[in-house]
Amino acid sequence: MGLRLPTMLKDAGLTALVAAALGIFIVGFHTVDVGSRTGLSFDYQFGDLGVALVVIFFGRLGLSLAAEGLRWPAIALGAAMIAVGASPLRLPSSFLHWFVVLGGVLLVIRAAWPSATHAISSFAKTPTGRVVDHLGNQWAGWLLLTLAVVLPFTPMADQKTMDLGVLILTYVMLGWGLNIVVGLAGLLDLGYVAFYAVGAYSYALLSTQHGLGFWAVLPLAGMMAASFGVLLGFPVLRLRGDYLAIVTLGFGEIIRLVILNWVDLTSGPAGIGSIPGPTLFGAVFAETAPTGKQTVAEMLGIPFNSNHRLIYLYYIILVLALITNLFTQRMRRLPVGRAWEALREDETACKALGINPTNTKLTAFAIGAMFAGFAGSFFAAKQRFISPESFTFIESAIILAIVVLGGMGSQVGVVLAAVLLIGLPEWFRELGNYRMLAFGLAMVMIMVFRPRGLIAHREPSIRLHPVKARGSG
Amino acid sequence: MSEAAPLIEIEHLTMRFGGLVAVDDVSFIGRPREITAIIGPNGAGKTTVFNCITGFYRPTIGRLLLRGDRQYLLERMLGHEIGQQARVARTFQNIRLFPAMTVLENLLVAQHNKLMLASGYSVFGLLGLRRYRRAEEAAVELARAWLDRIGLVDAADRPAGELPYGAQRRLEIARAMCTEPCLLCLDEPAAGLNPRESAELNQLLVSIRDRDGIGVLLIEHDMSVVMSISNHVVVLDYGRKIAEGAPAVIQRDPAVIRAYLGTDEERLDG
Repeated sequence: MGLRLPTMLKDAGLTALVAAALGIFIVGFHTVDVGSRTGLSFDYQFGDLGVALVVIFFGRLGLSLAAEGLRWPAIALGAAMIAVGASPLRLPSSFLHWFVVLGGVLLVIRAAWPSATHAISSFAKTPTGRVVDHLGNQWAGWLLLTLAVVLPFTPMADQKTMDLGVLILTYVMLGWGLNIVVGLAGLLDLGYVAFYAVGAYSYALLSTQHGLGFWAVLPLAGMMAASFGVLLGFPVLRLRGDYLAIVTLGFGEIIRLVILNWVDLTSGPAGIGSIPGPTLFGAVFAETAPTGKQTVAEMLGIPFNSNHRLIYLYYIILVLALITNLFTQRMRRLPVGRAWEALREDETACKALGINPTNTKLTAFAIGAMFAGFAGSFFAAKQRFISPESFTFIESAIILAIVVLGGMGSQVGVVLAAVLLIGLPEWFRELGNYRMLAFGLAMVMIMVFRPRGLIAHREPSIRLHPVKARGSG
Repeated sequence: MSEAAPLIEIEHLTMRFGGLVAVDDVSFIGRPREITAIIGPNGAGKTTVFNCITGFYRPTIGRLLLRGDRQYLLERMLGHEIGQQARVARTFQNIRLFPAMTVLENLLVAQHNKLMLASGYSVFGLLGLRRYRRAEEAAVELARAWLDRIGLVDAADRPAGELPYGAQRRLEIARAMCTEPCLLCLDEPAAGLNPRESAELNQLLVSIRDRDGIGVLLIEHDMSVVMSISNHVVVLDYGRKIAEGAPAVIQRDPAVIRAYLGTDEERLDG
């Protein structure tokens, strides 16, 4: 049954031919600037093109094999490609190594996909599987938490990793905050970064102009952002779906433009610099303390290390993010949390049950904004310099993408998505120009294979019958 | 006619949408411990009457007086206040459950205002105080009692959207009842049910009337339901009330028969 080998070979050859036609001008030639007198000239890269075409030929052949159900030959082909790509063999450019490995990995995934998903779904239906699934949802969280707590003590914890860790955790916290508004209450907010900016500028201004410390300003920044949340909430209460998204988008831009143009207060595009970092019981993280203060190294009697500041920041954002998470988990089990979810599901039915949609939406907006405010003042304390450029629409889009890719309403999903979305582009830096291509590919893959987000499972906020293992499945 | 004082008095209710008069000067009353059926052909304005009573529309003209724990003028209240204070609950023609939430959660959302108060607007709840925990346990007990009555205890932890159609209809009624209303408005609860489910529904509605002792307003097309369980029938046609009375009387009313089957000329027009 099915296609024969000659047909598959012909098909693979045809694919390679099409790729050759498309790629000859993109990959085969590139222009070289040879100086002002002669202008541009051509350089040829037929080696690269040739290798790429061979990969495409075998890749297509492997896909045909996999489609015919010949799983093992396809996996073998994929493994061979990975081996070639990872071998010390000299290919014309370093990117081709990545290309070959990536092709091999995709091929193996494609070949193993049907049987893997089948095995997982049939296992999940057994009683043991259901318990494992249930526990897995809880254990995944604990595993991630343990990893996050011990990370600074592992040998991996160099400055680069810690910087990335702080960055990822900031986005995890923002994702969890936005999850309240978008994931639970179902209000599509495209201007979330506005509250982040309010928090950041609250801390920057209060610390540089009034000399307040990080810990004193943190709750103030949260309250400030929350009141902006209510301010935005009021006019948009009647709007739903797309209309709400557009108005919140506009609100985000308004905040940014106000910051940009209110030069007297915010010093506009020049930004605010020399913002003090967070202190530990009044001690500062610096090599030499300003007059009247103590450095942390002196207080603890340890030698100064510039990494200490980063580790301290890491733990602050970890704790802030965990507070966000615990708060949200708790709220979900309270009447107001259930009302948020009910509002997402059906606003009309909520009204008929006597739930005040105005108050419910406003609390969601205010609480979501409050956490963005916390994250914002942390951001200002970490960066020590903020300007309106840090609060553009793309930030809102990234935070929203984290929530959506993670699976709306899923807390662990947000973590995974933040690691992918913030971590991957940093990883892919080695790919140079192809970085965003790989990033885009990863996003498309997630949406193809998990259209409802990485973790689409919704854990009930309360159960009448507790889950328990029934016999050995 | 029973002697009980009216629970709801609808007086001269008129609802206009631009030039269209959906409900035209309709008056009737609903009594506690009675099922008042509102029937009429499609487009007669039945659901519009419900939407006025439950605050989804503001009537153009008319007075809607509800005698609950005190007197409420429903036409002056906002949508959610009618459920919260006047305790009027309703179901919808096209089922409106919270599909992704579990059956139990649906019933707890219905007890939102009571629980919200017990959780001190979330403050006590966040602190995990016993006062809130006890209130939640009581709410779960009420929900369990209703699940028992509609036969869905085993499905309590399943998403409501996964239930079969008939079960969703029953759940929506149970959810409305979990708000502990004094008046329940049911918009075509028997639509799409098979005869067995329809008979079960009849029993449920009769038990709500007799055991819970509340007033029920019922919009229904299924005449077997209307004739067997309602105490009083109001017939609407083109927004006007054309007849009112006991089910047996209504069945023989010439105006009603004309409205449902059409006059001879209309039948020729097809």
